[in-house]
Amino acid sequence: MSVRALVACFALALAAAPAGTAPGLAQGTQDAAPPRGDTIANAADTTGAASADTTGGAGAAQPEESCVSCHRSLDSERFSAPAKAFHNDIHASKGFGCVACHGGDDKDSGFGAMDPAKGFIGIPSRRDIPELCGRCHSDAQFMKRFNPSLRVDQVAEYRTSVHGRRLAAGDTLVATCADCHHIHSIRPPSDPKSNVYPVHVSQTCGRCHADADYMKPYGIPTDQLQKYEKSVHWATLSQKGDLSAPTCNDCHGSHGATPPGVSSVVNVCGQCHAVQAGRFEASFHSEIFSMIGAPGCVTCHGNHEIHAPTDAFLGVGDSAVCGRCHTADSKGAQVATGERSLIDSLADRMQVADSILGRAADAGMEVSQAQANLGNARNALIQARAAIHSFSVDSVRAKIDPGLEVADQSATRGRDALQELQVRRLGLAVSAALILLVIVMLVLKIHRAGRPTRPGEGKQRGNGGEGSHGR
Amino acid sequence: MSGTNSRLRALRAWFDDRVGILGEMERLGKKKRVPLHRHTIWYYLGGMTLFLFIVQVVTGVLLLFYYRPNAEGAYESIQFLMTDVHFGWLVRSIHHWAANLMIFTLFIHMFSVLLLRAYRAPREMTWFTGVVLLALGLTLGFTGYLLPWNELSYFATTVGTRIVGVVPWVGQFLLGVLRGGNDVTGATLTRFYALHTAVLPALVFLVLGLHVYLVQRHGMSVPPEVESEEKPPRSIPFLPDFALRDLVGWLAALAVLAALAAYFPAELGKKADPFASAPVGIKPEWYFMFMFQTLKYLPAYILGFEGEAVGILGFGLAGLLLFLVPVLDRPSVRGQRTRLFVWLGIAMIVYIVTLTIIGYAVSPKG
Amino acid sequence: MDGEEVRQAHGPRDGSQRDGASRREVVNWILGLGAGGVAAAVFYPIVRYIVPPEEAQSAANSVALSVKPEDVKSNSGQIFKFGNKPAILIRTPTGDLRAFTAVCTHLGCIVEYRADLSQIWCPCHNGHYNLQGINVSGPPPKPLTEYVVNVQGDRIVVSRGQAG
Repeated sequence: MSVRALVACFALALAAAPAGTAPGLAQGTQDAAPPRGDTIANAADTTGAASADTTGGAGAAQPEESCVSCHRSLDSERFSAPAKAFHNDIHASKGFGCVACHGGDDKDSGFGAMDPAKGFIGIPSRRDIPELCGRCHSDAQFMKRFNPSLRVDQVAEYRTSVHGRRLAAGDTLVATCADCHHIHSIRPPSDPKSNVYPVHVSQTCGRCHADADYMKPYGIPTDQLQKYEKSVHWATLSQKGDLSAPTCNDCHGSHGATPPGVSSVVNVCGQCHAVQAGRFEASFHSEIFSMIGAPGCVTCHGNHEIHAPTDAFLGVGDSAVCGRCHTADSKGAQVATGERSLIDSLADRMQVADSILGRAADAGMEVSQAQANLGNARNALIQARAAIHSFSVDSVRAKIDPGLEVADQSATRGRDALQELQVRRLGLAVSAALILLVIVMLVLKIHRAGRPTRPGEGKQRGNGGEGSHGR
Repeated sequence: MSGTNSRLRALRAWFDDRVGILGEMERLGKKKRVPLHRHTIWYYLGGMTLFLFIVQVVTGVLLLFYYRPNAEGAYESIQFLMTDVHFGWLVRSIHHWAANLMIFTLFIHMFSVLLLRAYRAPREMTWFTGVVLLALGLTLGFTGYLLPWNELSYFATTVGTRIVGVVPWVGQFLLGVLRGGNDVTGATLTRFYALHTAVLPALVFLVLGLHVYLVQRHGMSVPPEVESEEKPPRSIPFLPDFALRDLVGWLAALAVLAALAAYFPAELGKKADPFASAPVGIKPEWYFMFMFQTLKYLPAYILGFEGEAVGILGFGLAGLLLFLVPVLDRPSVRGQRTRLFVWLGIAMIVYIVTLTIIGYAVSPKG
Repeated sequence: MDGEEVRQAHGPRDGSQRDGASRREVVNWILGLGAGGVAAAVFYPIVRYIVPPEEAQSAANSVALSVKPEDVKSNSGQIFKFGNKPAILIRTPTGDLRAFTAVCTHLGCIVEYRADLSQIWCPCHNGHYNLQGINVSGPPPKPLTEYVVNVQGDRIVVSRGQAG
């Protein structure tokens, strides 16, 4: 993409600006101070008119844009694709046209539209893209007219990132604004079709970072995407559709892609996993880990391929993470196994209660209240699982005990219901016995009551065809 | 004991002198005779259905004590009934099971009458009222199914009423009237409640009264095959012999109902949520299964008409023909021996049973 | 039940009239007893059914809390049972009573009131809701459903419906 863009830039610069790229670009950079009168004023009047008027006016002017009418009909897709794609762009919907970024004059229907003297810059150089976007996006006053809640520190943040620093140092292979946000179909992150919609972010980053050839010069791993897609976070995001689940940018930053330092990753995890992080921070592990230079959460949970932790993590068994450092007879192992047995006991008791209630429910007893109460025990279990991060048996027990109480209460309710079922069946048995007794007596009575008679024997004719009753 | 008996007898005599209805009933009951032959067993089914209907009335009235007929509270009131009200589970479960058994005995009763050709003159009116009672019974089942306002009943009702909508010309109008709007909502619930607890029971009482009167007036029909035998069948008096046998059946039914209620209590499921997607395996009550399954097999269009519309009209026509059997079966009326309608009846039974079985075997379990 | 006298004409099969009569007595006696038992088995549940249960049927969409309004301290919250789901009653620092479902919209944990933050807080993943029940930070995707709180004398009645 970026190579193509460079080639295109060069080609267009040769075609449209024989004098060389320097003046156009120079002008673009010099005039980077927002908003540039001759170009942006077309879209949005800076003299203080209400934005509604200006955007409306620009929108109305759009069909007349000479850039689009020419470029759309060009055979080369290189020239036509932007013109065709731009109507999807959020900037188009806000009333901005091609000239807002590319300069020039969209009223001029000839090649004069691309006259560098009219501010035409052609394809902006990759190095200039952040500045170009920042002309508007870093201007709080200007942005307020379109989206008051949008931040204006993206470019400043970007400059602090590895991408931004490398770009400044002349490496044009790194990502700039357009590489993540698309070039001519920029959509807001809330748009499900956007490259930066949470579900699509990992693919967007992966376009470069999962490409081993592309990343070769940098010597960094390229398996992050593959690993991330095995993680619980991706499963939550992609399968459950929970957009609050983290993807690349939630930990690495959206624009200020600061390389993860040991302490900052802990901070990032703690944004959502606050209880765990808080307990960890207060624990002795925090101090020891930073002493030996081990990252906090990552040491046990990994980074990109973060699986949903199970209770098996805790202890010194095969899949347990504590055992990686602690030998089986150490004090640490004792704490781990102690915590594990507490958690297992609650999980077991909940299982018991759940199965009893399930049996009662299957038998048709109404135990939905007790089943709902069991949710409190589940709450306690979740809190206990968070409490293990303080690495003290007592703090886990403080969470487990109330849970056990609830689980046992629920189990008792379930047993009561099953008991009640027995009572019902006893009642049924008694009633059925009584009914049977009456039936037997009735049959006896019927037996000794008269025998059937034939017509002529009795007083009535039994010919049903012609009723003789009720007349 | 005899002292008590004589006092009771005196009380009855006093009552009879003034009202006379008990004495008259006893006189009629003793006069009426029930023929005994190899098909006598079918004579019990009408009485059994009547007993189950009485159970429905009693338990239905009891349910009204706690039921709340609105979308916000219906489900919760049933939940309350099932958990907190003493024997609420029993009353509701018996209402549920007796309804199913009643429909079942209704079907058996109707088919036995059809196959034994008991609809012959002078019993045409008895047949007509019987078919009307069957229709009323099915409608009672359909309207009652929605009242707990749970997920299953909500969607079954949505599907069930939608079928009415495909009837040509008047379908959409009927659908609106039935649902009390465009969709199944709380308005539908109150409508079905009114139908289920007031309109339909009142109609049943009227038609049932006529039906029972006609049975009393014409006596038991003897099948043509038995009639033509050399010896006329033996018979027993209705009171007390047949009534006692009836009572045995009724008590047995009561025991079965109690057992069903204790071992398979009526379920409540999840509260209906009109905005939720329909759960898989939506099924009608078993007695509508054959129609439901038939509609599934119909092609989308038959001769330019919507397949479902043709199906509905077909069932309507079948119902009408069933109603008119006494008129249509001319040979039997003239006393000729023909088994045409017997075979038609058997074909109907085979069709219903087969499609019902397919309906449960083929579609995924809910 | 009084057919037996009439049916005597047909008589018992064994010859002994007196034996038959006494056996009939026994049958009738057991029959009466059984019938009484069956009647009791039918009417006992019906009577128990009609007698209202201890816990009154709540209005379907509301619940009266056992706590008195003056006992709910300012800047505090408590969990109560609404239907069969937990709900949370809070009194804001400004003195308003509010109620929300206590089921976190993230993964269904039960939320609690954090007096130090004056926020509703889910301990599982650090989800915060403000005093209007709106998710303000952390993973919860949606606000908590609000219920209507009415104070009727010394009772607090919480009901579903249009929260105002």
